[in-house]
Amino acid sequence: MFWNVTQVLLDGLLTTFQIFLFTLLFSLPFGLVLAFGSMSRWRPLRYLIQVLVWIIRGTPLMLQLIIIFYGPGLWLGHNIWSGNESGRITATVVAFSINYACYFSVIFRGGIEGVPAGQREAGEVLGMTRSQIFFRITLLQMVKRVVPPLSNEVITLVKDTSLARMIAAYELTFAGYSFMKSNGLTWPLFYTGVFYLIFVGVLTLLFNYMERKLDYFR
Amino acid sequence: MAILEVRNIGKQFDNTKVLDNVSFSLEEGNALAIIGSSGSGKTTLLRCLNFLETPDKGSITVKGETLFDASMPRREQEKELRTKRLHFGMVFQSFNLFPQYTALENVMLSEKLLAKEQPDFKQKKKEIYERIEEHGVELLQQMGLAERMSHYPHQLSGGQQQRVAIARALALQPDILCFDEPTSALDPELTGEVLKVIRSLADRKTTMIIVTHEMAFARDVSDQLIFMDEGVIVEQGDPRQVIDHPQEERTKQFLTRYAQG
Repeated sequence: MFWNVTQVLLDGLLTTFQIFLFTLLFSLPFGLVLAFGSMSRWRPLRYLIQVLVWIIRGTPLMLQLIIIFYGPGLWLGHNIWSGNESGRITATVVAFSINYACYFSVIFRGGIEGVPAGQREAGEVLGMTRSQIFFRITLLQMVKRVVPPLSNEVITLVKDTSLARMIAAYELTFAGYSFMKSNGLTWPLFYTGVFYLIFVGVLTLLFNYMERKLDYFR
Repeated sequence: MAILEVRNIGKQFDNTKVLDNVSFSLEEGNALAIIGSSGSGKTTLLRCLNFLETPDKGSITVKGETLFDASMPRREQEKELRTKRLHFGMVFQSFNLFPQYTALENVMLSEKLLAKEQPDFKQKKKEIYERIEEHGVELLQQMGLAERMSHYPHQLSGGQQQRVAIARALALQPDILCFDEPTSALDPELTGEVLKVIRSLADRKTTMIIVTHEMAFARDVSDQLIFMDEGVIVEQGDPRQVIDHPQEERTKQFLTRYAQG
């Protein structure tokens, strides 16, 4: 039984991990783009992004997930997400990416604005272009500033993946819960918790490592 | 002919006139000191020269080329602006070294980035980088920092950081090097080492503009001195003349207050 449960949970973990990885992959760059947009000199863009961030941060992720998964089917008359498992994972990744990008954009903006203006000015008087200033000077200083708040969000993301159960994506929590439903077993639930703890434990180590790596400058 | 001609520069923030009708010229190889109390517009003037601020009025000419003229329509590309900026070097009050780079990397960064724009960069990358490194090392040695090249800014004292910043500003060989209160953020015991470096640059006939509160230093090192108050040039001329025998009432008051500490 133990091995059987382990196998099923590992299956669930794979889905959880996919959602986690792809969400990060899309939401980090998208969040940076939103951060730039929210600092744009062009006011309409700034307002647009402010409204988007307000809506996304102001409503439950679960609600957003339901709308993104079921909405197209109801409005367009056909489901744009294929009905199988991969379609459900894709819909989850889309909903999560938009949601996390908004949170990340606020963190990134704080990180960029926290870099003293003198750094940019020093780059300017040395004849650097705007993109050189961002990539050679601002970026790493921003990264150093955003690692701690980012680690919070990323760890929250690990646990938010369990919301995918809402649209019947077979992720880790769903897998653990299935044994309670069918066999009345509760211990797989605790076992599921251990999976999450290990996942988050590894991430914590990774973030600690990053912080230490960036400790060489101040 | 003067290397720098500044004519009738005016600058307003909201409704406050920060600079009004500022004109002066500077000969090649000369050092110009600008003194005056805080808020007199000295720093804004330097920032205008470095295109960190845009003047509302006036013109700036370097080596006969008009870099800025407020009466002309401006729609310049980033590239042009960057080229114009390179006539000037800038040393900031708060150093503004890049914390993630070592002293040597700070000095070499801009030169390396500019080298990438050369057409033959790809073929000669290695030679070019070697030459840039040699140049960077040489500059830091001149600053007396041979032992500190691979240190990061936070591992250096304020005086050392400012000397790295001077080397960094010299790396692109600007026509005119500007100092914005280079010793104001330093502990008193560290100002000497920075002033010594600036003095040696003056001895080597580096064209400089130095905004400073070090009156004795300004008097000794500069060839020309400007006293500013409330955005206007009150008095300018020979440094010894202005400091020892000021003609204007405002200059006298400033110097008296200064002498009293």
